[in-house]
Parts: sequence; C-alpha cells; structure tokens
Amino acid sequence: MTVAQRSADEIALGPRRERFLLDSDRLLGPALLAPAVVYLLLVVAYPLVLAFLYAFSDVTTGSQSLHFVGFQTFIAAVQDPVFLTTLRNTFVFTALTQLFVVLFSTVLAFVLTANFRGRWFVRFLVLMPWTTPVALSAVIWLWMLDSIFSPFDWFAQLLGIVPPGGHIVFLGQSGLAMGSIIALQVWRVLPLATVILMAGLTAIPADVSDAAEVDGAGFWRRLFGITLPLLSPVMTVALLFGIVFTFTDMAAVFVLTGGGPGNATQVLASWAFYKGINGGNLSVGAADALIMFPVLLGLAAILLRIASRAEVN
Amino acid sequence: MAVVETKSLHKKFGAVAAVDGIDLETEEGEYLVLLGPSGCGKTTLLRLIAGLEHPSDGDVLIGGQVVTHLPPRARQIAMVFQSYALYPHKTVFANIAFPLAAAGVPKDERPDKVRWAAGRLGIDKLLDRRPRQLSGGERQRVALARALVREPQVFLLDEPLSNLDAKLRSAARDELKEFQQRVAITTIYVTHDQVEAMGLGDRIAVLNEGRVQQIGSPNEIYHHPANTFVATFVGSPPMNLLTRDGKLLGFRPEQFLPVAAVGERPGQVVFDFAVTRVENLGSDRYVYGHLPAVDPEAKVIAKLPSTVTTPVYVGDRVPFAVGGGDLRYFDQQSGARTDAGEAKVTP
Repeated sequence: MTVAQRSADEIALGPRRERFLLDSDRLLGPALLAPAVVYLLLVVAYPLVLAFLYAFSDVTTGSQSLHFVGFQTFIAAVQDPVFLTTLRNTFVFTALTQLFVVLFSTVLAFVLTANFRGRWFVRFLVLMPWTTPVALSAVIWLWMLDSIFSPFDWFAQLLGIVPPGGHIVFLGQSGLAMGSIIALQVWRVLPLATVILMAGLTAIPADVSDAAEVDGAGFWRRLFGITLPLLSPVMTVALLFGIVFTFTDMAAVFVLTGGGPGNATQVLASWAFYKGINGGNLSVGAADALIMFPVLLGLAAILLRIASRAEVN
Repeated sequence: MAVVETKSLHKKFGAVAAVDGIDLETEEGEYLVLLGPSGCGKTTLLRLIAGLEHPSDGDVLIGGQVVTHLPPRARQIAMVFQSYALYPHKTVFANIAFPLAAAGVPKDERPDKVRWAAGRLGIDKLLDRRPRQLSGGERQRVALARALVREPQVFLLDEPLSNLDAKLRSAARDELKEFQQRVAITTIYVTHDQVEAMGLGDRIAVLNEGRVQQIGSPNEIYHHPANTFVATFVGSPPMNLLTRDGKLLGFRPEQFLPVAAVGERPGQVVFDFAVTRVENLGSDRYVYGHLPAVDPEAKVIAKLPSTVTTPVYVGDRVPFAVGGGDLRYFDQQSGARTDAGEAKVTP
C-alpha cells in the first residue's frame, strides 16, 4: 500500500463516529431529558392517574379488585357530615395563613434589605424555620403548645391572663387549636415568602426611589405609590406559592392536632389522609383529595401565566 | 430660579473622598456643566445638591438658604436621572402628575399642568402610554416634563443623553439647550462627554478626584486650561505636552499645522516634525510623530482639517508651525499653568 493510498483510506473512514454521538442534538436532548421524564411519570403522573382511578371506584386497602362506580364515591365524600367543616377549615386555614404571611414577609423583607448592624444574624434567624427538619420543629411546637408545660402559659400566668397554675390548653379548644396550626404554618411558609420579596425589593432600581424622593414624595407616598406597586407582581408569586403549599398541606394538622379537637382543625388534605390511609377507605380518600384539584389547577394556570409574562418582559 | 452654592463640601465613602472640598456658585438661570472622568465625584456632587446624599462636611445653599439638612422634597429641585427613572407602573400622565400630587396640588388642577408640561416637550400624544411603550428619546422627554411640571428653582440633570444613540443625542442636545433657554431655570448638568459640555454649558466646572480643577466658559476651559489635567481631558485629541527647560510646553493639535499650508506668519514658532504615522479620518488627518529638537520622547499629534492638503508622509521631517500666542506653559511638578519664564519658545 502506498502512502497516498493509505491516507485516502483514512479520509474515507474519518475519525471514529461513536466519539461524536453526543454532539447530535437528536441524541443529547432526549438523553438529558430522560431522567426528568422518568421522574415525572413515576412520581407525579402515575400517582395522579391512580388517584383518579381510585376516586371513581370502590377500592379499599383490603380489597383485591376494583369496580368502577362513577361519581358514587364523590357523592359519599361530600355527604359526609364532616366534609363541609373540613372544606371551611381548609379555606380559613389557607386564607388566614396567607394574610399573616404577606403582612409579615413584606415587613421582614423591608427590614432585611435595609442596612444595619447584625443583619446577617437576623437573616439567619428568619431563614432558620426553612432549614429546620420537620421532625425537630414538630417537637419544638408540640412542647411550646403543650397543655401543661407550654412556655406561653408561664407568660399568661405572669401577665394574669390565666390564674396562677392555670393553663390555656392551646390544642384542646377549637379556636385556639386553629390558631395554633395557623401559627405553625405561618412560621413554616414565612422564610420562602420573605426571600422572594427580598429579591423583588432589590430588583427595584434605586433611581426610581430616588426620583420619587426628589419629586417630593414622603415615606408613605413612596411606599404605597411606588415601592408596593412595583413589588406586587413578585408578591403575587409569593402568595400563590404560599396558597399552594398551605391548601394541600397536612403537616401542621398532623403534627399538632390530628384534626382535633373533634374535627375543628380537620382540613381536606388531612381528612383525605385519615379517611383513605388510616381508615382504609382509599376511594373516598382519593375523592376528598381530588376535590382540591380544580382549585390547584386554577392556581397553577395563573402561576404559569405570570411566569410567561415575566419571560416576555 | 435660584443660585446654587456649595461651601467646602466634602463627602467620604469609607476612606475614599468622593467629593473633597468643593466650592461652587452658579449664576441665576445659568447652565452649569460638571465635566469629569467617571469616578471624579460629579454625580456625588449632584446628589449632594439634590439631598440624596448627606455631606460629611460643608454646606449646600439654594437661593441663599442653607438646605444641607433638608430632605430633597424641601429643596424645590427637580432631577433627571441617567436611567430617566420613570415609574414603570404608571402612565406618562401619572408619571408627570406624581410630583404635583406629592406637592399637594388639588386634583382638578393637575391635568392642566400636566398638559402644559407635556406640551412644552411635545409629548401630549403619549400621555396614556406606559414607559415601556416609549422610545429612548420619548422617555427622556417624559423625564424632563416630570421635572418641569412643578416649576422647580433648579434643574439637576445626570447624564440625561448617555442612553440615546449618537444621532438622537445631538438632536436632543440641541433641544435641551433650547428648552433651558426658554424656561430659564438654573441648571446643573453632569456629563463625562466634553462635546456635550462645550455645546451646552454657559460655564463648565471640570472635576477630577473630587475637586474642581477649573471653572470657566467653554472658551476659557479649552484655550486657557488651568492645569495639565484640564488640558488633556478637554479636547480630542488632547493638548500636546512636551518637556522644555523644566516646564511643560503645550499646544492644541489643530493649531499645529504645516508651514507649507499656513505660510510664514509673524510670531509663529516652527518645529521640525518627524512623522511616524498618518491617519485619514475623512474630515481630518491626524499626523503622529515627535519633535526631535524639543522633546524626542513626547508623542505629538497634529490635527489637519481636510482643507489642508499638504502631502505628509511617514518618515518625513516636515516643518510645522504653531502661533506664539497659542503656546501654553505648565509647571512640571504640579501641572498648574505658569508663565513661560526661561522655557519660552521664541521664533
């Protein structure tokens, strides 16, 4: 073989093709997407389909087979005397939690974006609930709201709200129990909302606030005329996240009250859990859970619209 | 209309003195330009006058009154920011009406005033739009209308033209000058662009390192620079500086022309110019080189207008002349303007 021949062969063959397989978009794209798709199918789509299947059937934890029964389970779920209480509790729980979260997170975001000594420490304190394991925070809150050893009782005794040696019994009275789970939920959701609002605040150009100052606006006019309106899109995002987290959440109820006293703090999520898993009535539990679905679908649609609008801008 | 005064004004950010003892006094209705490189303290000075920063020391006076400790809204000033700082969530109308609302002007009087201000800047048709629907030039006018509507005593403008493209900028510069002459409100204008400064200013204050280097008419700044900083910062290309007998000898590139073109004139000084490079820019020719007889180290630039057609080639030694009255002398250490003394170049 002459030199000329050999080099001609090499040119014809070229370098090994396999080395460049990943340079092809047709291969690389699907390869990188695959884990996410598998995850979504297994952990989101499959349980969701199963929930729909269960909700329209008569399945229980003990049954071997499953029969399609149409809307019967939904009718049974709604006709349960506890259902309306649960529905009302869910909305009260979500609305009040978010009201406090919006108020507190706005104030906190202003405080934490200001310049002062020891700011990092205050930031750390505010963000701590976010990083605390649920099990740990559950123990802390159970102790703080304990019917005998609650530290709140000491203060109440000191201030004369309850007689010496008396107790408030936070989790034993319906109003206070609801207040307690709202307090725990506010404590949990607040850090995320605060961080979102802080990002929103720092994104407002300094020039705009300066201009308002030179234009003659005092503190309140700057706050309500300029800063809060400019913050409102970000605030909406924080609010929607908070609603989704709270509406579907049962951790606060599960940790503190178990839905009690009676069903005074029972929410849809916890009710679905107790009925479907603890009570073994899978189909009614699934139906209870699916009643939240339209609300969440609406919220998700709004969130996606805001996200796409933000992209355009 | 009012006079703005600063008295030994200082502003420190940590250890850095951004404004280091500035004494300034505008004249009534004057267009004063603060010119300097970035970081020279000109914007800080403007913000001190506006009340957006508090001085470390010294005083700000507006209309003869000390306003050092008054908030911006008590100072009767209006400011236009480099970014225009329009309120993005408000319409053009609401943007212009905002200072009126803040000043407590009754609601039914506001529309007339807004239309008056918008009319003066030719933006009456844009009142229902939002800032993001406007072009750069339109935004700038809205910012000006918002500044004008309250009929302030003083206008403060912070590089309002720097966000416009070159073509729009020269048109806007023209409009801005005309607008200021019409409203005749004392205006302090910050820029790093010497063309803007020369074109707009009744007087120019050249700033560097937090201090005023020179204050004077554009003509004084250009032809009689107080020191080498002003001499080299103003003018493009900058003034040529050569060492001669312990002093610095300076002359402007456009005053350094081939003898063949200008002819023999009384009092002119002729140098042999060793040409190293020629750039033809269309309207001008820049000729680079040095003067072996005076200071072979220093680079010298001559700016020849296209009307001068004398052939100049790289490697040539061409006799160039500068008028004796166009030579400037500076102290070598301090850089300050001095008299010629022994360094005087004679024909």
